[in-house]
Amino acid sequence: MTRRRIRGAVAVPALGVVGAVVFWGLSGLPSFGDYHGQYGRLINDVALPERHTTNAVTATVFDYRGLDTLGEEFILFAAVTGVVLLLRKSGRRGVDAAPKDRVTSDALRLFGMLALAGGVLVGLWLAAYGYVTPGGGFQGGVAIASAFALLYLAAGYRAFARRTSEEALDPLEATGAGGFAVVGLAALISGLPFLANLLGPGQPSTLFSGGSIAFVNWAAAIEVAAANTILFKAFLEQYIVPLAAARSRR
Amino acid sequence: MIVETLVPLQAMILALVAVAAASVALCRSPLRQILLSGVYGLLLVVLFVVLQAPDVALSMLVATTVAYPLVVLVAIARTGARRPDGDEERQR
Repeated sequence: MTRRRIRGAVAVPALGVVGAVVFWGLSGLPSFGDYHGQYGRLINDVALPERHTTNAVTATVFDYRGLDTLGEEFILFAAVTGVVLLLRKSGRRGVDAAPKDRVTSDALRLFGMLALAGGVLVGLWLAAYGYVTPGGGFQGGVAIASAFALLYLAAGYRAFARRTSEEALDPLEATGAGGFAVVGLAALISGLPFLANLLGPGQPSTLFSGGSIAFVNWAAAIEVAAANTILFKAFLEQYIVPLAAARSRR
Repeated sequence: MIVETLVPLQAMILALVAVAAASVALCRSPLRQILLSGVYGLLLVVLFVVLQAPDVALSMLVATTVAYPLVVLVAIARTGARRPDGDEERQR
């Protein structure tokens, strides 16, 4: 028997068993649209009257389940710290040691800059109105970080690295992560449970709604935007810079 | 409003997601694979929109079409350029 046939003989029964189990599991699922989440229904009913937020998802993430999100935020913080510890070299040569950016066409740079401005604006809008319309600090933060990545694509590594200095981003990231905890502690200090909503619920469907949610939301936006930019820069530095340097030497 | 039956639009997007997922798994070239995975992510975004989950759709959009491909593309650029016949080198 050839290897191909042996592989087939082993794989076909195994695939059959796995397939049978999967179909057996799928046949037991509730039918399409049959929603069993009592918690979801409850949040949908209470979020608007209690918190005056028209986006129940953000009310859940930054208020009702705010503690979970704090944990997630520290996971991101720890992950970025780990990546930076591994990838950022001590005694780095800095931006000036990196090979010079290839001059891109005017059209590419213009389009890149317009897309960057648009991306940052969309990110800020997503974050700012996160508790009114779909969006929130996480989505807004990643959108802002992605917009900055366009700087590398349109103008090159040096242009990107100069505008995303670690001296500015590292404190920003820590401020975002810490700010979340500070809002929680402020509630604790005033004699309420951790992360209890301190401020009045405000006017529904305006920026002045949701009480503390706005502050927690912005803290998350800053943390996520800075964390993702740091991550991208660390990867880029690790992979692109030595590569380009080796290429220019040849 | 709670969706109770599968409307044709949702069924169509679900079928497209299945096709895209299979094509990502079957693709042999890493560069094409990451591009396909971006398309697959974008289709998932559309699926979440038609299932009325715009918040998840937004998270998915930034994660699968921007953040994930960026990191993988950097890795591909690194490993692909080592090959003497890689695409990276041919451009020069």
